[in-house]
Amino acid sequence: MGNSNSKDGSALEDFGIEYASAIESTSLVNIKDNYGLFIDGDFVASSSGKSFETLDPSTEKSLSVVTEASPEDVDRAVQAARVSYEKYWKKMSGADRGRYLFRIARHLQERAREFAVLETLDGGKPIKESRDVDLPLAAAHFFYHAGWADKLEYAFPQRELEPHGVVGQIIPWNFPLLMAAWKLAPALACGNTVVLKPAETTPLTALLLAEVIRDVDLPPGVINIVTGAGETGSAIVEHPEVNKLAFTGSTEVGKLIQRSAVKRNLPLTLELGGKAPHVIFEDAALDQAIEGVINGIFFNQGHVCCAGSRLLVQESIADNFIDRLQKRIELLRVGNPLDKNTDIGAINSKAQLERIDQLVKAGIEEGAEVFKPSCSLPDNGYWYPPTVLTGVQQSHRVAREEIFGPVLVVQTFRTPEEALEKANNTPYGLSAGIWTEKGSLIHWMAERLRAGVIWANTFNKFDPASPFGGYKESGFGREGGMHGLGAYLKNTGGSS
Amino acid sequence: MSGKIPIAKTYKLFINGAFPRSESGRTFSVDNPEGELIANVSQASRKDFREAVRAARSAQSPWASRTAYNRGQILYRVAEMLESRKIEFVELLKNIGLNSKAAKSEVEEAIHRWVWYAGWSDKYSQVLGSVNPVSGPYFNFTVPEPTGVVGIIAPAEPSMMGLVSRLAPAIVSGNTVVVVSQGQSSLTSITIGEVLATSDVPEGVVNILTGDQSELLPWMIGHMDVNAVDISGISPETDHTLLEEASLNVKRVVSRKVEEESLELISDFLEMKTIWHPVGR
Repeated sequence: MGNSNSKDGSALEDFGIEYASAIESTSLVNIKDNYGLFIDGDFVASSSGKSFETLDPSTEKSLSVVTEASPEDVDRAVQAARVSYEKYWKKMSGADRGRYLFRIARHLQERAREFAVLETLDGGKPIKESRDVDLPLAAAHFFYHAGWADKLEYAFPQRELEPHGVVGQIIPWNFPLLMAAWKLAPALACGNTVVLKPAETTPLTALLLAEVIRDVDLPPGVINIVTGAGETGSAIVEHPEVNKLAFTGSTEVGKLIQRSAVKRNLPLTLELGGKAPHVIFEDAALDQAIEGVINGIFFNQGHVCCAGSRLLVQESIADNFIDRLQKRIELLRVGNPLDKNTDIGAINSKAQLERIDQLVKAGIEEGAEVFKPSCSLPDNGYWYPPTVLTGVQQSHRVAREEIFGPVLVVQTFRTPEEALEKANNTPYGLSAGIWTEKGSLIHWMAERLRAGVIWANTFNKFDPASPFGGYKESGFGREGGMHGLGAYLKNTGGSS
Repeated sequence: MSGKIPIAKTYKLFINGAFPRSESGRTFSVDNPEGELIANVSQASRKDFREAVRAARSAQSPWASRTAYNRGQILYRVAEMLESRKIEFVELLKNIGLNSKAAKSEVEEAIHRWVWYAGWSDKYSQVLGSVNPVSGPYFNFTVPEPTGVVGIIAPAEPSMMGLVSRLAPAIVSGNTVVVVSQGQSSLTSITIGEVLATSDVPEGVVNILTGDQSELLPWMIGHMDVNAVDISGISPETDHTLLEEASLNVKRVVSRKVEEESLELISDFLEMKTIWHPVGR
């Protein structure tokens, strides 16, 4: 192997196959030594002078130094967003707002490779995913919402609506640019201005997006980007002049945000964690189902809120299915995220790696059997092999808590009723998967699964036209589609 | 007067289709504006609330599984029963302080509103759902589903129009509810419960507790098996920090104008579900 970071499992050699590494060039990317906060159209220093490093999780090497926004900085960003709302954005026609969004979409398409490489460097996800999923979808989200900006009255007939004003948005580290697109595009299309906080481990693509925002001549202050961790986030949440909050992240933090917002009657949307059941019936197309399960849990190292992390497989095919699944896992390539062959990249942070490790250990202590493939992992960086836990009971922590890593938990069932009972036995309700060739069973299950997104004979598909969001403790509100627009508009009176 | 002594009604709770007294044995008195006693009303406890949630949870899935047409018919039946007891409601509202004209108008408007929501049962899905043009070989559609068990604080006034405006949009889509009503509006709420009990509404779909809002509200907000709460009717002096506990299970918290009539009120207690399936040969 040409690349020491990309060591394939012995299984590949058994087949006499070896992949030559195919490393994506980083020459397109120009990472600065340090970044300011993007407020009112300019990169500015923090009032506190604090900063933090952002790492490449696959090497643990520092990529850049990023400014930590203090509450005063957040206040500056909110004021800039307010002035911009009153001065430019509120007065602008929907058609013109749409034109800015179209421009952003085009710039993202034009600079897609640069963004993809930077996303992979900063977050650790395989380049084939940032290149083929994150970037095309991020551009598509701006493109889709651009067209809504001058058609909102068609989405909500007979309602008098207006934007909230200044929107505070806090996004996670698993799809940094894509989550920024999910948040920004509908907010802007509906006429709001924004203060956005990217996650502290993955700020770089949002800061590169700030360059795009300048390049497309978006009026200053329409989008403000403040980097930082929890303290910066709470400054946004607690700011009295923020008119609406949108958060994607853990259920734990989401609950804290709801605590703060609910007593002020502040509009809020939450897209939180999940523990999605992935149900395989005995008549499923097994080869496709195996691929679906692999994609469901190992896509983006399992750092996916809607990951199919609980495999429920019908007892009659369980042994065969798990055997085939393990053989398939042996073929997954874990290693250098920049290698175009890589299936599973680096775990996003040390903290997350420790959490995954701790939960898997808890699972083993509670009696689960563990399967890990024979692949070796790079010496530096944060890595976790694709893992399957069998013999898991419903009461085990690994069956109930979100692991947010490449760890699949397996349970079995005999009847559709039992599958449904187990599938819905969770406080979460973000997504669910069903594999069967029987159409009526798909609809029977889909009607009864308590989750906001149901993938039948497929998994982990996303589209800007498709509403996404959870039931129960996975949050409320939808992102994408016509349904996602509603969260960024408020009633001004007449409605019927 | 015919000479016979009038028979006064005992106001009890409405849980799972029955009218029990509070397990706590407590009552509170409701007077007319002249200060004369109208009734001693059961004062529900935390345990009564828990029973009501249990009933609502058991009833939820079967109620949601009824066809939309059937739910519409049942709601329309409620309107018929309200209509047939119009005189009773007018007298009741007069008894708690409304003049004759206002009482009559409120009752008529409330029945009208109930009919309006009854007609939505098999229409809101078409208006609010969608088929989504995703860029790939997938059939992708979005359908609304009920949120689950909803806690409702009945507005103090207008007591009939207020409760009808909160209740009808919540149950028309298949949610089940636990209502908390206090003071004079308790009489109206329980009388509506009597209408529901004789209108083919399955037991447990609507449960009505009378009592002290400030005592029961924290239990409603904190209950892990209540999915959403409608606080439109809470007293203005309520300490809003107690709403923080809604985050325990990420409850949907809805606050609207008490008398609003809107499709959005149905939306408030819906979850949008999106389903993907490949298209192929």
